[in-house]
Amino acid sequence: MKAFNAKYVLVLLAIVAIAALMACAPAAVQPTAAPPTTAAQPTAATAATAAPAGFQPPTDALGVVTIGPNDPVHVGYMFVTSGADGALGIDSRRGVEIAIDDKGGKLLDHQVKFDGQDSGCSAEGGQAAAAKLAADNTFTVVLGSSCSSEIRAGGPTLSKAGFTVISPSNTAPDLTDPAKRFPGYFRTAHNDKVQGAVAAKFALEKLGVKTAATIHDGSPYAEGLANAFAENFEKGGGKITSREAVSPTDTDFKPVLTKIAADKPEMIFYPIFVAAGSLITKQAKEVPGLGDSVKLMAADGTFSPDFYKGAGDAAVGMFQSSPDFSAFTGGYAKFLEEHQAKFGEKPVSAFHAHAYDAFNIFAAALEKVAVKGPDGTLYIGQQALRDAVAATKDFPGLTGTLTCDPNGDCADPHIAVYQVGEDNVKNAVVPSQPFWKPGQ
Amino acid sequence: MNASLTAQANSPNQTSMRAWSVALRYGLIGGAVALFLALVGMVEAFATRYVIANVIDLGTLLLFLSYLGAGYVAIKRSGARTPFEILSQGAFAGFIASVFIALLAVVIYAIPGIRTIFINASPALLAILTFKMGVPAGLVPILLSGVIFGAIGGLIEILPPSLRRSLIYAAMVVLVFGLMQDLLRVTLQKWKFLDPATSFTFSNNGLTIVGAVTLFILTFLASQLWQRRGNEARARYRQLPTRQQQLLGWGLIAFSVALLLVLPLLVGLFFSEVLVNVGLFILLGLGLNIVVGFAGLLDLGYVAFYAIGAYTVALLTSTSLEIVYAGGNPFWLALPFAVFFAVLAGVILGIPVLKIRGDYLAIVTLGFGEIIRLIVLSDFLKPILGGSRGIELIPKPFIGSFEFAGPEELYYLILAGCGLAAFVAIRVKDSRLGRAWGALREDEDVAEAMGINLVSTKLMAFAMGAAFGGLSGAIFASKLAIIYPSSFNLLLSINVLAVVIIGGMGSIPGVVLGALVLVGLPELLREFSDYRLMLYGAALVIMMLVRPEGLWPEKSRQRELHESQQEEILSGPLAADEEVAREGAAG
Amino acid sequence: MLKRRRSKLEITDIFIYAFGIFIIAIILYGSFETLRQGKYSASQWADLFVFGITIGGIYALIALGYTMVYGILQMINFAHSEVFMAGPLTAFFLADALAKSGLLATNPAISLLLIFAFSMIVSTTVAVLLERIAYRPLRHAPRLVPLITAIGASFFLQYAFRGLFGTQFKVYPEIPALEGVVTIGVVRLTYTQILVMISAAALMIGLQAFVQRTRTGKAMRAVAESRESAALMGINVDSIILTTFVLGGALAGAAGVLYALVFTQVSFAMGFIPGIKAFTAAVLGGIGIIPGAMLGGLFLGIVESVGPTLFLDGLNIAAPYQLKDAIAFTLLVLVLIFRPSGIMGGQTQEKKA
Repeated sequence: MKAFNAKYVLVLLAIVAIAALMACAPAAVQPTAAPPTTAAQPTAATAATAAPAGFQPPTDALGVVTIGPNDPVHVGYMFVTSGADGALGIDSRRGVEIAIDDKGGKLLDHQVKFDGQDSGCSAEGGQAAAAKLAADNTFTVVLGSSCSSEIRAGGPTLSKAGFTVISPSNTAPDLTDPAKRFPGYFRTAHNDKVQGAVAAKFALEKLGVKTAATIHDGSPYAEGLANAFAENFEKGGGKITSREAVSPTDTDFKPVLTKIAADKPEMIFYPIFVAAGSLITKQAKEVPGLGDSVKLMAADGTFSPDFYKGAGDAAVGMFQSSPDFSAFTGGYAKFLEEHQAKFGEKPVSAFHAHAYDAFNIFAAALEKVAVKGPDGTLYIGQQALRDAVAATKDFPGLTGTLTCDPNGDCADPHIAVYQVGEDNVKNAVVPSQPFWKPGQ
Repeated sequence: MNASLTAQANSPNQTSMRAWSVALRYGLIGGAVALFLALVGMVEAFATRYVIANVIDLGTLLLFLSYLGAGYVAIKRSGARTPFEILSQGAFAGFIASVFIALLAVVIYAIPGIRTIFINASPALLAILTFKMGVPAGLVPILLSGVIFGAIGGLIEILPPSLRRSLIYAAMVVLVFGLMQDLLRVTLQKWKFLDPATSFTFSNNGLTIVGAVTLFILTFLASQLWQRRGNEARARYRQLPTRQQQLLGWGLIAFSVALLLVLPLLVGLFFSEVLVNVGLFILLGLGLNIVVGFAGLLDLGYVAFYAIGAYTVALLTSTSLEIVYAGGNPFWLALPFAVFFAVLAGVILGIPVLKIRGDYLAIVTLGFGEIIRLIVLSDFLKPILGGSRGIELIPKPFIGSFEFAGPEELYYLILAGCGLAAFVAIRVKDSRLGRAWGALREDEDVAEAMGINLVSTKLMAFAMGAAFGGLSGAIFASKLAIIYPSSFNLLLSINVLAVVIIGGMGSIPGVVLGALVLVGLPELLREFSDYRLMLYGAALVIMMLVRPEGLWPEKSRQRELHESQQEEILSGPLAADEEVAREGAAG
Repeated sequence: MLKRRRSKLEITDIFIYAFGIFIIAIILYGSFETLRQGKYSASQWADLFVFGITIGGIYALIALGYTMVYGILQMINFAHSEVFMAGPLTAFFLADALAKSGLLATNPAISLLLIFAFSMIVSTTVAVLLERIAYRPLRHAPRLVPLITAIGASFFLQYAFRGLFGTQFKVYPEIPALEGVVTIGVVRLTYTQILVMISAAALMIGLQAFVQRTRTGKAMRAVAESRESAALMGINVDSIILTTFVLGGALAGAAGVLYALVFTQVSFAMGFIPGIKAFTAAVLGGIGIIPGAMLGGLFLGIVESVGPTLFLDGLNIAAPYQLKDAIAFTLLVLVLIFRPSGIMGGQTQEKKA
């Protein structure tokens, strides 16, 4: 009798397992099958005047997130907040925190709960972080990622979960390439195509150099930017004497600089990060044949106080391309004050204002589409939210006037070139006034 | 045991002096640990996570545990037996430990500049240490907590073992539930009918007090019940006829298999993601286990095969590169090639290093791993390998119209892979080849003298290890959909090595356990990823010192290691004490 | 049976040699092409060599720590790279304080000595703690066990220092007395480079003299030959092993400050890469042999600096310096193929390894 029992159990379990397997297959396919309809039901008008008796919660192609009367609006982030690249994500996270404070910590009378995941600036980290965020159905929006690699691996998961994703610091051009962009992705950061073009224009027109060498560090960001620069530089009639690459953990760059010196370029463009960037700046001065005559130029990856500490006096006179803080609107001064008061220091990287804007674009869209029930419950249609963000037009942000294009590029890209002065090095602060802007 | 015997031999006065100095010593050690935890930033980072909502956070708990540990070990080692001795000496040890923290609080308060050296000595840490009371008011609770937890530590040591075990289990269950609260809450969202239980146990930021107490009591009772009745159950099982025992065994296996099959449905997206990552490491671990565990060849560049598997699949399936020469194929076509090229690489690596032994081998394989990474990263080969931008748009595997789209589906792929690899590893372990590897591991020269062909035996180890690595890499590539050279760095080799070692070298279930502990657990506690590698390192050292055979040791390995351990203990400084103890016992 | 085995061995041998010769042919052809194109001046080649010798001297000093421990314990002290990091990272705070007080500018010699002393003390302390806590209990364990302990200790130390002192690199203050250049023919040396070369050479010669001439050195050599016999001869093996760690730690601490003077940045991660390189250097020279470590270090430094330009530029390979580590490791494999016990390793070492 007992023997029978065991057999039955076995067979039964196998059947259950197989049935479960079958059941899970269609369930997984379902979300992708939903067409991206624009027929968003809820509007601001219905939200404001919803009659208690006949209240109908909205429907949405991607589903509706319901926020109970006493529950917070849950805003997620996916930034790199630890490790060597931690400053990039921490800077963005602080930008969002200030944006939330400026809203009084509330959206539509609901508290804002802001938390998220460290995505480690790697593809694996991005995918794991995205899975963790996507598993929590209280989110409607994820601000992030910091690095392009994170979103490439994690983006599809977030997109499938119906979230709206707004990145303050992804600059890789192909993320908003219509063939590769995933639905619901937006960014307030500039596209690297812009920065590469500005840097090349600056080199050709303002500096008047005809030959240049580039160095990247094997990161997709640096490699993309170095290539964008080289392309535009050659298009404008310049000549790239050598394209070198180093490793971000290297410390001895004199050999590679000696090799570059043999080709006698007038300028070196090295859009890499703080540690290696500052060492290259310093060692370039010590390599015979480069000395003071060769112009040095880096990009926003080095736009940080630590860079000036690391490079020391060697940085004086060099150039850096970065977002044009002088083009930032009046609110930026107030932002900086709040930042100083809240965190006790100046921003640690270049994308805090972009993060501030990313949150505000979301907030504006949410206010447009959220439907409030009679008891204070919020209903947020996920597709509607995406559409509302996509429809952002002439939005007054810190980084300029933002308009989202159909591919998700919302930035008002102002890139300027800064020259490092002695006081930047002495006090380890980033330059605040651009040396040159395109069109000057 | 030896301590109490020594105590009999000495006069009472000396004994108590000795006991107090032992308490002092472990108090100092506990204090150093607490100080380290605070300065390294763990206390502050962990303080963001409440175990019980608004009552106790994990950071403070770490400090309490240091005091508790000091009291516990002090009593264990001092041999105190009267309640007064136990309480006073335990409390003393805890007190000494807490003095470190009190001093730290004073230093942070008095010298704010300390932060330029120790970055974590911040006002935020001060607030946590002093329970938000500041200096000097907060010093009282610090020292008080030291005394209390030290005394508790002492008490734990003298509890009857069964009671102690149940208490520890109960505390651990509460801790685990507290730690995993957000994950559990998110997962329980799926099960609407559990909502009342969920909200009873969890609040917004931790366990509720009633929830924690209930969990504690339930676990305690369950543990007590099992300890009382467990033996009976086991005895009844043994009395069953063999056939029924077998059937029960099969039933258990069938149940486990069925559970494994439905797991992703039960646990949801994020746990599935974690399980898939664990699975990738189980595959890697099983492969490296063949090279290191079976054949005794230390390979620090195992990541190379993972990379080769991943890149082969990427090159054969993706069409995103500038020069596409073989892209656009389905995953299943690319998979055999991935394994094949990994094996080929294993043999190619194997041949030059045939004559290189031991530590030389470690550095050469490490170099091999780096060479592979640098080659796929290089600008030189960028047109054909993608360079730093990696390879994008790697499609997911399909079976008919079923897509292995997300972690919940990929789980089955990795489960099949792990099952296959484990089957092969188990079969090969006791085969002729497996025994040849064992001989190789013990002594190469003797093995050769016994007629074992070193060349083919070593190459087989590299090739088979590489095959599993390649398989894992292939699945990794299609899971991630995009691969970068930076995913294949040395740390991954070290991670896999740690999985094999912690699990137990040569042990197949050990690899599974090692991957669950070393990959699964940190994934679940992502917030603390800053401390992941530090804790890995500590775990490796402690493991080697305390339990070199691993968590789930392989039997012969355990024997080997314990022989040498015995020798070591006898020649070590403890030998004298041991002899005294033995004489005492004999007398 | 025996015959078949021999023929199999021959096939793999042929493969190995063919592989080695192929690589050497590429290197020779690349060098020939580079030199033929004549893009680089003599002084640029000289510069590349000087850069290589500078970093090579630092590698050599670290490599000594690996080699001494290996010679005596036959174990790779993987955590030695963290011993190298601990000194200069903590000595930074002293250097910074000295710079702020102005002592560094007015009394550079005393300040430097203080910094060196501090760094060496910290590194030595770490090395000794490692030996006491992590390695001594495992002295009779199978070989893999202490090696894995060392790997674990390495990661623990690295990330513990990161937790204590932060992720961001720290910048050593500039020392005005070290700014300056000497030119001899086509060779151009900065004062810092001269300081590195002289102190590295002095420390290595001192160490060699210590090991060869003193009683303790003799005891060290005896322990390296055979621990059991040495113990029977009345040598306190534990204290000799401790001495080895003290020496290795002190040298690493000194090397760390030299590194900090050349590259100015120190961080928790600074030890990892130089550690692996120094270990490679020790193996290249023949692990366990002190002059071998020196030779290996210099060789590796020069290959890294000169190699990419010399070997690859003529072959028109893009971004050759990206591949410098690949070149270094390929050479390591090559050396081990033709001389399995390193450049200076003899038969005895082979047996031990």
